[in-house]
This record gives sequence, structure tokens and C-alpha cells, in this order.
Amino acid sequence: MNEKLDITLTVNGRSHALGVEPRRNLADALRDDLGLTGTHVGCEHGVCGACTVLMDGRPVRSCLTFACQAEGAAIETVEGLADGDRLHPLQQKFWELHGLQCGFCTPGMLMLAAGALRENPDMDDEEIREVMSSNLCRCTGYQNILRAVRAAADVMRAEGAQG
Amino acid sequence: MTENAPNLIGQSVARIEDPELLTGKGTFAADFNRAGQIHMRVLRSPVAFGRLGGIDTAEARALPGVIAVWTAEDIADLPQIDFRMTKVQGLGPYRQWCLARDYVRYVGDPIAVVFAETAFLAEDACDLIFPEIGELDPQLDPLDDPSPYMPETMPGVLSEPAVLRKGSGDVEAVFAHAAEVVELELSVGRHSGIPLETRGALGVYDRDSDTITMYGAAKVPHYNRGAIADMLRLPVERVHLSEGHVGGGFGPRGELYPEDVLVCYACRRLGRPVKWIEDRREHFLSTNHSRDQHYRLKAAIDERGVIQALDAEFFTDQGAYVRTHGATVSDLAAALLPGPYLIPAYRVAGHIRLTNKTPCGTYRAPGRYESSFARERLIDAIAARKGLDPFEIRARNLIPEDRIPFDRGIDALGTHVVYDSGKYHDLLARLRAALDWDALSARVAARRAEGERIGLGIGYFVEKSGLGPDDKVRLHFYPDGLICIVTGVANIGQGVETAMAQICGGTLGLPMAGISILHGQTRLIDEGRGAFATRVTVMTGSAVKLASEALLDQALDLAAGRFGLPREELRYRAGRIWHEGGASVTLCELAAEYGGEDGLVAEGIFRSDHMTYPYGIHFAQVKLDPGTGGVQIERYMVAFDVGRAINPMLVEGQITGAVAQGIGGALYEEFVYDAAGQPLVTSFADYLMPTAMEIPPIETLIREDAPSPLNPLGVKGAGEGGITAAGAAIASAVEDAIGRPGVVDRLPLTPERVAGWLRG
Repeated sequence: MNEKLDITLTVNGRSHALGVEPRRNLADALRDDLGLTGTHVGCEHGVCGACTVLMDGRPVRSCLTFACQAEGAAIETVEGLADGDRLHPLQQKFWELHGLQCGFCTPGMLMLAAGALRENPDMDDEEIREVMSSNLCRCTGYQNILRAVRAAADVMRAEGAQG
Repeated sequence: MTENAPNLIGQSVARIEDPELLTGKGTFAADFNRAGQIHMRVLRSPVAFGRLGGIDTAEARALPGVIAVWTAEDIADLPQIDFRMTKVQGLGPYRQWCLARDYVRYVGDPIAVVFAETAFLAEDACDLIFPEIGELDPQLDPLDDPSPYMPETMPGVLSEPAVLRKGSGDVEAVFAHAAEVVELELSVGRHSGIPLETRGALGVYDRDSDTITMYGAAKVPHYNRGAIADMLRLPVERVHLSEGHVGGGFGPRGELYPEDVLVCYACRRLGRPVKWIEDRREHFLSTNHSRDQHYRLKAAIDERGVIQALDAEFFTDQGAYVRTHGATVSDLAAALLPGPYLIPAYRVAGHIRLTNKTPCGTYRAPGRYESSFARERLIDAIAARKGLDPFEIRARNLIPEDRIPFDRGIDALGTHVVYDSGKYHDLLARLRAALDWDALSARVAARRAEGERIGLGIGYFVEKSGLGPDDKVRLHFYPDGLICIVTGVANIGQGVETAMAQICGGTLGLPMAGISILHGQTRLIDEGRGAFATRVTVMTGSAVKLASEALLDQALDLAAGRFGLPREELRYRAGRIWHEGGASVTLCELAAEYGGEDGLVAEGIFRSDHMTYPYGIHFAQVKLDPGTGGVQIERYMVAFDVGRAINPMLVEGQITGAVAQGIGGALYEEFVYDAAGQPLVTSFADYLMPTAMEIPPIETLIREDAPSPLNPLGVKGAGEGGITAAGAAIASAVEDAIGRPGVVDRLPLTPERVAGWLRG
């Protein structure tokens, strides 16, 4: 169990070679081996969603994914969401609409929404509510998170239409 | 003398905290690391109550990579964890040790602690520790007679540490002549704050200076620093606490727990940085639970349904030990049970009872969520008896405006309870109008006639906020125009940096950009009270205002000297001081000329002996599923007078978030134990926190009709009122939907209970 496997993780477009125990989960590998502490661990049993990252474009619970399972996949974390200094529309709208308080669930919420909007850019309000109910937030009561995702989806659709 | 640019105070500006948090650059407890760090893991009791015998740690010690394994014997020099706040005597024997001695008293009680090279190894080693525990029958019901606390080692010490008694007026005399008496028995289940970030700490020891620094501090860093230094018998300057980002506070997080002390103690004794991160199961077992009160109310009423006297008794199940909060929850419950009503005679006995469950402390609106539920159930029961609508019964009982400030004649947290300002009738009327109550009632009646189970309910509350005695901030104004405010306050996610920057910028007529707030660092300021009891905006905010004014004062003196002109002829606007004759200087120039390395420095100290009392009303409209007993909240509104809103968007955020937690406690969240005291709720699969699907849009009616006369901003705390009467309003609405007055007597309103009440 303590033997290490050599794997390569591709995170936010960069490749990282690392040796991990088979039992090491992706969240720990991202945080402790790669120093990407924007991915948070809230429960380690797949309910809270604070650890949500994208794997090949789809949201996954990185606490329920072994690091070695992620080999060969394109992983995206909150650290890769902004375009340089330009915030992603989701980040921008979470900021403007007070979609966060303590900020602990925020990276997971952002990545969940990013993945969901990639799959369906035209989600209606009820679909947004349903998909965002995958993750827990203890501070906001969710309303501003839903508003922020709605507003970001509108911005992204408008940008997509232009570009 | 001074004129300012448009005031930042009162504006819904976006938070200065957010960019880091949005980009993954936050530093939460688990994000702190040091080279050479080792990891701590706590072995916890698997049984609820038992006599602790020998603990075999040999195998664990022998595991490669394990550095140390300690039991109580190994830390015999560490005393019990003391109380942060309580004036109640007699609680001392019930304090928790860092590791259990003689007895274990709840599932989760720390028995031993392992330090190892990795977190995995530390956890593996815990599996190799074998404690001998002679299991005993646990006490689980706080209403049972008190039982021996630690029968063999502390004979005669029983599981009722204290009974708090308060009162004013002649209750006996009123009951002797009462027109009618209404009696109720009510209870509120055990639940808690459950922040999304678990607890955690990194202890770092510097041998050269013999100094310990604990990263991952929260809520009350200065208090905890002193408490840890005392426990370790070190001078206070040898211990520092450093707060990073904190993933939610809500009461439990940031209190001093055994693990915080162990981390600090171990990093010095072992000479290595020590990291401990709680896992979620541990959080459910070991971080403070809350609520869990049982009320017996007896009210003497007159013919109109007006309460003439209230005789109350309640029991708080405080779990295995008395932790840092001491008697706080019971004290606040007892003090604020009468709420917004006149109630000329009042008597209460609050029993603090211990059981073999996780110890309890405060959770957002401690003692008020529970007592508001109990009181508002009583008001509803009186309304039902008198055939009055929920607004009318409350209007008849509310404290009239001409009686405010209202002295309740009792104490809370060592301060005299005096409601400082309030227009209780006015807010009730505003809510009624906002809801268009008569039309709403008619619509509900029509839907009921169609067979739907719909109900409406309200709950009135009085909150307290702004606990003193004082708060100090230091303000630096640098030549480049940057302002740095150093404070001992803590940020638990509520937006304190933004609010403080608004108050500073608003006072000085300067923009927020360039204002930064340094908080939660004991190295930077010698005192601080932290963030609890909804005190920050009131106390620290007022200190920021005073510091900003002191800076201006100093600048005007300097400018007067520089110009050789009388100070009273100078004018100030947005960072510039000038005289009509043409002389002019900016704060930046003054800072360059007269400030040293620290810039111009000003201090603000705000003192207050009295709390300030915000108030409000919750409204809920629910629909019941007669098949499952499920409760759907169709509409929710909170009317809340906060005195003055520094940032209405943040106030609204506080309300909405608090309502969601209140809904959780009213409908879903409960720590349940089996007959052996085994917790049945140890994961998020069992602890049902509301998701986006359960929380409806929350409407708010934020009012500033009754500013507090007790502070220069007129503010009252807005952090807790969003939860206070949530249980009360939802219970009222559910009972209305059931249509049988008096049946709803406990929270949470689980589907099973609701279905039972529906069946009759």
C-alpha cells in the first residue's frame, strides 16, 4: 500500500511528474504535491463538493478520485480559471453579486458551474439550481450563488455569440 | 470644519476580500505548511461513558515514522481548558482536559494523540493503540435526575453544574390573580454551525526566541493566545496566533479546543512544526454541538391575551463537559426569552445539564434561536386560545415605543439588559403591509379549500449585539495614500475587511482602494477581542470611526502649525486640508513630512458597557406533503431593523445565509444518538445540511428606523437576526398548515413528526 506509483498529472495545461501512493486521492495530490491549495477539502466523502475540479471538462469530486485515476486526463482547478489578471465571468459575477462569504466552498462552486455551463451553456434557472445543489455552502444561503451563475452564463453566451 | 465626498457608509460595494478567494489564493488552516512538519492524529473514545484503564501504546510507538504517542500521563502538566466567558460559579470541575483522564465521557473524547511523519501514518498508528475502557451506562436524557459525573474519582459531583435564575417583578402575585394560565412544553433539537472548513492548526516553534506560533487561528486569537500561554506556563509574548482565511465561524469555530493546545504544546516539546487537520467525522464528534434545550413555560394572561407573568424553566443539554462558553447559551436564553414583549413579571430557572454526548457551545443566535421558538410558540398558543391573528396577539403584547429604552431588570453576559432603541409596533405594521396580509390570508384560504395544506407563520425576535467592553484599532496613513488598519478583530467570512474599510473611507471621504485591514495577528497589536456575539461592526467599526477621526484631528493640528493659521479656520475634504486664503496640504504630504516609518498613526478605542438590541420578524409560508410529511417553504421574508446598514448587500447576505441555517435547524439538521450513546450522525450523508434545492429566495425588509444611541455609527449587529426566529416562524407556519393548534412542540420538524401530527 505504501509503494509509490510514478504518474503524470496534467493540471491547467501543465504536466507534472510525481510519485504517489495508490491510496492518495486527487485532492491531496493537487494540494500537497503540487501546492494547488485552491482546491479545498470539506468532507472527504464526496458530499460537500468543495473539492470539485474538472477532469476532461467534467466536474468530479477530487476527494473521491485517486490521483492515479487522473493520469492522462486534463485537470482544471480554480487556479486556472482566470485568464491572467482577467477574471472568468463566473469569478466576476460571484464577486459583484456577493456569491461568497467565507470563500471555502467557492472554488468547488466555480468549477462545478464552469463544467456544467460547458456541458449546457443554455441552462435555465431551475437547471442551474439543480446542478448547483450538488455542492454545499454554509454561509450564503445559495441565492447569490444562483444569481451569479445565471449572470455569468448570460455573459458567456453573449461573449460566445460575439466571438 | 470638515466636508466629505459621498459617503461610503451605506453603499452596497463589492468586497475587498473576494479576489483572493475567487482565484484560489486563500490561505485556510490546511493551506499552512512548514518544512519538517509532522502530523498529529487524535485517538477518540469509541464509547459514550466508561472508566479509563491502561492504554497500550507500544505497537503504535513501534511503527516506523511515528515520533511520539501521548496519553494523559504524558501531558500531566497541562491543566484543564478554562472558560472564555462566564461569570457563573461552580463550573470548574466540569472543564475538559486535553486528553481524557480517569473517564471517557462521550464518543469522540480524546484518549491519546499520535505524532508521525505523515498524516496517513499517524492515522494508521491510532489503530494500534488499545485503551482499556470499562463501559458504564451513559446519561443521555438531560431531563433525567442528575447522575454522578465521574463516580469513583469525583464522588458527589453530579451532572448538573449550575442552575441560572433570573427574574423581575412579582410572578407569584400575578399568578395568584391570573385570569387564565397557559402552559407549554417545548424542545429544540441538537444541531450546530458545521462550517464547511473543518478545524485545523499548524504549530511552529522558534527555538532561538522560545516562541510558539499557531497558524489557523480564528474568532478570538488574542484570548486564545493568552489561554494557551497560561496553560503552557509561558509568558504571553512567547505565544502568537495567526489567522488566515477561515471557512466559516458561526460560533463553534475558533473556540479553544484540546487540539489547539496539543499542537502548541507538541511543537515546543518535539521541536518540529506540528500540523493537525480535523476530518469531517471528527468534526461531527468533537467540535461544539449546540441548541438542545427543553422548555417548560407557564404564562398568566389577561382577558385580552396579554401576558402578565411568565414563569419558565428550561434544561440545556450541554454534553460531556463545560467548554469555553461556560454558561453562555443558558444565560442568553434566560435573558432574552421574554423577547419583544412587555411581560411585567418574569422568572426563569435555566438548568445546565451534562450528558454523555459531544460538548456544546454557542451557535449563531445562541439561546435566542431556542428561546424565540419557545416564546413564539407560547404567543401562538395564546392567540389560538383567544381567537386572534398572529399580528394582533403580538401587537397586544409588544413593548410600546414610549417605554424604550426598556430595562428588563435582568442581566446577560454580565451586562444589564436594556433595549436601547426600537419601534416594535411599527416594524410589525410594515411587515403586515409588505405581505399584504389580508389578501395573502385570503389566497391561502382559497388554496386550503382546494385541499392544499398551506400555512403561514411569523416569529418576532429581539437580538443582542455589540458586546463590549472595548475594542482598539491602530490606523496608519502612509505618504503614498495607503491606509492600513490594524485590529485584533477576526474575519470568519462575514466581510469585516470591507465593512471596516467603508467606515474608514466614509469617515475620511476617501475611496476604499488603498485601505487594507490587518486582523487576527497577535504579533501586530497587543489586544483584540475578536469576532463573536455580533460585535464587530458595532465595536470595531466604532473604533475604526474614532481612529479615522483621530487621524483627521492630528492632521488638522499639523496643518494649522504648518500654515501658522488657526485650526478652526481650516477645512477638510477628501484627503485635503485647506484655508480660504489659499493654503492647502494633502494628508499624503503631511504623512511624508511628519510621519515616520509608520506613517501618521492614530488610535481608536471604543468602549461600551451595554449591548445594543436589534429586532425583527420572520415570516414563512409552507406547504406540507400529506403523504410524506415533507415541508416545502414557499415563501420567506425577514423584516429586520439593524439601526444602520454599513453595506446593505452584506447585511442581506448575512440574513439570507442565516435563514438557510435556521431552516436547516428547523427542518433537517439533528444530532441523534442511540440508546448506548453512539452518535448516528457522523457524515454529511446523515447530517442534512440544506442545499440550493431547499432554500427559497429570501425576501428582506431591512430597516434603519431605530439607530442605536450607544455608538457613533448608530449600528446594531446584523449577523444573527437572520436565524433567530427561523425555527419559530416555520413551526408556526407548519402548525397553521396542520390546523391543530398546540401540536408542534419540537424542532426539527422532520417528515416523520409532521406526518404524525397530520395523522393526529
